[in-house]
Amino acid sequence: MITEVATNLFWILIFPGFVFTLAVGLVASWLVRKVSALVQYRVGPPVYQPAVDVTKLMGKEILIPQDAHRAVFVVAPLVGFSGVLLLSTMLWLVGVQITFVGDIIVALYLMVLPSLALILGSSASGSPHATIGAAREMKLVLSYELPLVLAFVVVIIKTAGGLEPGEQLSLVALSQQAPVMSISGLLAFIVALLCVQAKLGFVPFDIAESETEVASGVMIEYSGALLAVWKLMQAMMLVALPLFLVVVFLGGIGISVGGLLGGIGKYLLVVVLVILIKNTNPRVRIDQAMRFFWFYCGGALVAAVILATLGNYYGLAWL
Amino acid sequence: MNWKMWSLKKSVWVFHVNCGACNNCDIEIVNLLTPKFDVERFGIKLVGSPRHADALLVTGVGTKQAARRLQEVYRQTAKPCVVFCMGACACGTGIFEGAYHVAGPVDEVVKEVDPNAIIAYVPGCPPKPEAMISGVVKALAAI
Repeated sequence: MITEVATNLFWILIFPGFVFTLAVGLVASWLVRKVSALVQYRVGPPVYQPAVDVTKLMGKEILIPQDAHRAVFVVAPLVGFSGVLLLSTMLWLVGVQITFVGDIIVALYLMVLPSLALILGSSASGSPHATIGAAREMKLVLSYELPLVLAFVVVIIKTAGGLEPGEQLSLVALSQQAPVMSISGLLAFIVALLCVQAKLGFVPFDIAESETEVASGVMIEYSGALLAVWKLMQAMMLVALPLFLVVVFLGGIGISVGGLLGGIGKYLLVVVLVILIKNTNPRVRIDQAMRFFWFYCGGALVAAVILATLGNYYGLAWL
Repeated sequence: MNWKMWSLKKSVWVFHVNCGACNNCDIEIVNLLTPKFDVERFGIKLVGSPRHADALLVTGVGTKQAARRLQEVYRQTAKPCVVFCMGACACGTGIFEGAYHVAGPVDEVVKEVDPNAIIAYVPGCPPKPEAMISGVVKALAAI
């Protein structure tokens, strides 16, 4: 009993959870800045830069606006942070195939938590800029959730044949398959990648946070340690969301040396794809983003669902 | 040196305040972020909100309209923070000395709010990007 609690705590706090994800996340956010710099022919920051940024924010003054709802304002970053922490712990355990109960629906709910926390925190801050940011974040969530769920529906249809009944939603079972090796799976992967782009708040979907229009929008009123928690949350999302794509679409991470290296390769591939999309596109307006996600991505996914169903019916694995 | 100061020097986030400048200094400040100078090498980054900032880059003379806004922005900035007066106008009102619209040089405007404010000066019309980097380095070394 006590050993079980200790292992669970170790999982959540040290190895796949807090410390490990945090370290990987800080390196990943360095990677974002460094690759962006290289794309722009700059040198870019040193590898310890994100860690120093967070350390500095921890030592700064925390300002809470007069009009803010204090409790919600302070708790919101922690809610988002714990959501990402749970998600990444779960995904690592699934990724290295330690037996763990966790299905795709839990992951979907945990993935919404950071956006919800952002909306909550920015609405509590009482700033008009943050209100605009919160409204935009809300519309963005409404836009990308539909295609994201549809993309997972494609995966579930695609992998249903090879799995035992009752396991179709389990992440461990899904991570054994690589649905991206088919037409419908590839379509779903591309759309899910764009949804992850929007979830991470990267250009072209950084509408809620746009610095030039609404001055960092949702985060405008946060300073000091609370801002550091947001930054850590974003760094950890940079681990969790690409990892989620790897687990669901690209066949997961194995426990063998080859599988581990392959898993790291897949993760880096997804992250670099996200960074390159970030650096080669201008920001879109919220109505453009909504049209893009609902009509173009939604349309592509309806086609993918039909293809996947037909493929299952006629036994064509490549469809 | 404690960890707060060390990390502050390694990661200076900058908020840019224009207090009635002719845009010349502003162009040179933006120049700092371009591939030629790339101050992100030193962890210097432009941010969109004074709450995130460690340094205020103030350009312009401090007009009567802008002075109150500058004071408000200074109050909103999370301390500790440094105020950089960029250019001749910000340092000592420059060619606008004694003009009807001037509320005073930037350092006096800021010191009305906080007499102990840390203020650094980079003169020039406009100061070259090299001069700005040198000014920031000297100011950080002096803290």
